Amino acid sequence: MNFDLSEEQQILVDSVAKFVKNDSPVERFRKLRETERGWDPAMWARMAEFGWLGVAFPEAHGGFGGRFVDLALILEQLGRGLVPEPVIPSVVLAGGLVSRLGSDAQVAELLAPMLEGRTSLALAYAERQSRFQLADCTTRAERRGDGWSISGEKTWVLNGHAADQILVVARTAGDQLDADGLSLFAIDGAAGGLERVRVPGMDGQRTALLRLRDVRVGADRLLGEVGRALPALEWAIDRGAAAACAEGQGEIQELFERTVAYLKQRVQFNVPIGSFQALQHRAADMYAETELCRGTMILAAIHADHDDPDTRRAEISAAKLQLTRGGWFVQENAIQLFGGIGVTDEQDEGLFFKRLRVLQGLFGDADYHVARYQGLRRFDAPD
Amino acid sequence: MDMTYTPEQIAFRREVREWIQQALPPHIKRKAEGAGHFEHSEIMEWHKILYAKGWIAPHWPKEVGGTGWDITKRHIFGEETVRAGCPTLSPFGLGMVGPLLIQFGTAEQKQRFLPKILSGEEVWCQGYSEPNAGSDLASLNLRAEKDGSDYVLNGQKTWTTYAQYADWIFVLARTDASGKKQEGITFILADVRNTPGITVKPFLTTGGTYAFSETWFQNARVPQSNRVGPENGGWAMAKALLGHERTLIGGIAESKRMLGLAKRIARETPVGKATLFDDASFRQRIARLEMRLRALEMVQLRTLSAAQLGRAPGPESSILKLVGTEIQQESSELCMDAMGHDAMGWLDSPPEALPEREQAVASEFNYLRAATIYGGSNEIQRNIVAKQILRLPTA
Repeated sequence: MNFDLSEEQQILVDSVAKFVKNDSPVERFRKLRETERGWDPAMWARMAEFGWLGVAFPEAHGGFGGRFVDLALILEQLGRGLVPEPVIPSVVLAGGLVSRLGSDAQVAELLAPMLEGRTSLALAYAERQSRFQLADCTTRAERRGDGWSISGEKTWVLNGHAADQILVVARTAGDQLDADGLSLFAIDGAAGGLERVRVPGMDGQRTALLRLRDVRVGADRLLGEVGRALPALEWAIDRGAAAACAEGQGEIQELFERTVAYLKQRVQFNVPIGSFQALQHRAADMYAETELCRGTMILAAIHADHDDPDTRRAEISAAKLQLTRGGWFVQENAIQLFGGIGVTDEQDEGLFFKRLRVLQGLFGDADYHVARYQGLRRFDAPD
Repeated sequence: MDMTYTPEQIAFRREVREWIQQALPPHIKRKAEGAGHFEHSEIMEWHKILYAKGWIAPHWPKEVGGTGWDITKRHIFGEETVRAGCPTLSPFGLGMVGPLLIQFGTAEQKQRFLPKILSGEEVWCQGYSEPNAGSDLASLNLRAEKDGSDYVLNGQKTWTTYAQYADWIFVLARTDASGKKQEGITFILADVRNTPGITVKPFLTTGGTYAFSETWFQNARVPQSNRVGPENGGWAMAKALLGHERTLIGGIAESKRMLGLAKRIARETPVGKATLFDDASFRQRIARLEMRLRALEMVQLRTLSAAQLGRAPGPESSILKLVGTEIQQESSELCMDAMGHDAMGWLDSPPEALPEREQAVASEFNYLRAATIYGGSNEIQRNIVAKQILRLPTA
């Protein structure tokens, strides 16, 4: 065990931090949130050029053979600048699934151009009724000749408004809630029968509602085995949760540091308000929660690809709980300690607050992860 | 960053697990399965077994009797001792004055004291707090006046944990009252048993046990060679020692043990046709705490890992104390809640009314009220974080 960054990791973190500071401070996000796309393809291409998109993919797939934890370190720094380019949907969710399930041809067609920054991807899994239950799926795919016909509706598809290719979870067998019978298809963003409704998010980012009406895809568009997509989907969503913890760490850290700086600077009753013990103790508790978040964020990133699904689930659920409860403590108190200006759109703190709240609700909220954790074998084992 | 175990480390875990099972005396093993409330004699019995095996001081350097294990092996060893419910060793020698002597002691002091801390021949206690110096520790007033080659000690210490079993005490004493209060303090070691003028009087806690004592000094003569660090330099010693203390005081091992106990009690508690452990809301309470403990464990591992790289545990170890003791208390509250009516019982309840192995739960629950108070109250820890880490201005 070793908890220090390697030299390469330190260089990576420093270079992303420098990039955020110089090229993507929060002001850039402020401008982009006014645009239809919400992010900048030219910046996406630069991020690909830096090698950040491919850092956690195997070399055979055009990546750099690094580990998920390296990607998590990048995401943490990107979070500090609210960088809106679609790393989580395109790289972590969809990219991860293509790399895990895709044939050589599918990897070449779907993953390679994305890692070069020429395209972006999305994963459509949630439906209006499904909440966090991944198996709950009414979208259906039926065989038509050699290929498939897909119909249904998907909600809250991250980057679904802009993605060139979208992975869609559809039921090829069984009933709405069955664990078996889910399959994964890649559909073109311009496919006939696909309607994309752009949905503005609280955090200033965009998602999409997708309506699929008899969308036709060829047999070569099925990823992995027919009817067996759930374990890979669970894996991808867990990595999404680990990624949310990583990006969220950047926002938590930023909120925490900005609050401490403000406590030193803001004068009331002729003294800096940070000299008041009530506020000092609040800040100390914020520090503790920030450090606890950092601990579980690292654990989640390290275990995101763990062989044993139970270990992976336990570590990721613990991290997601900490992001959601501990992170919440930091963000609500950040706004509280900033006082009135904390609720103005002009201050950046509110933007961090909102992005964090979105990340907390993605990939399972606190109650979901507590319930999942207590259902793991290791929780009951008398050991 | 890496958290995987090598085959050698996995084999080490197996070796530790098997050894503990055959080394734990049966009467200790029986208690380990219950609330794990051990007598001092049982703690020292286990201490001596570990010493004989050479595993008594995993966190000490090898040259002075440590095991030479890296952080991973120490972590594995810690996990296995908790898993088996082994007694928690007295921290005052091994965890506090020992590391301080290793860092600041003279060659003679190291030679004189370290081997007997390791062997358990000499038991230590801590003389910090006084009746009028609690959170404001630096206002302490136990006087040490030079006379010939001795210091003459006069005054009173309190909260001297298990002083009635101790052979030695380390005290903070006032050697200069003229300047800033932190600058007139000296760190001194005293022989409790053989120094005329030192009196120890244990007092009963709400936990029903004599965990703490008051210790009086009346013209107690201690050689000046028992001073650690420079005269009037004791505050720096105290702070260094507190850093060591805080890495232990979070009680992560104890919380793990108590969460296991809460689960066992819940499993054995019928609720209708099911058990309390089948109750969704109770399971979720345990789950939330277990997950939070995991977060804290990671902070501890990172702190220890940093310390291993040659950095002393800094003020960031405050959060181990702060969060760890809160989790400890909540864990014991869960055990109490799991017991239902049985939580009314006490140490001397007849076994037919309250199973023997549950008898210490309520005592532990009451004793643990002290956890957020001792070692610098949690409010003091927040002050430390605010001032030393966040550098917030003073009023």
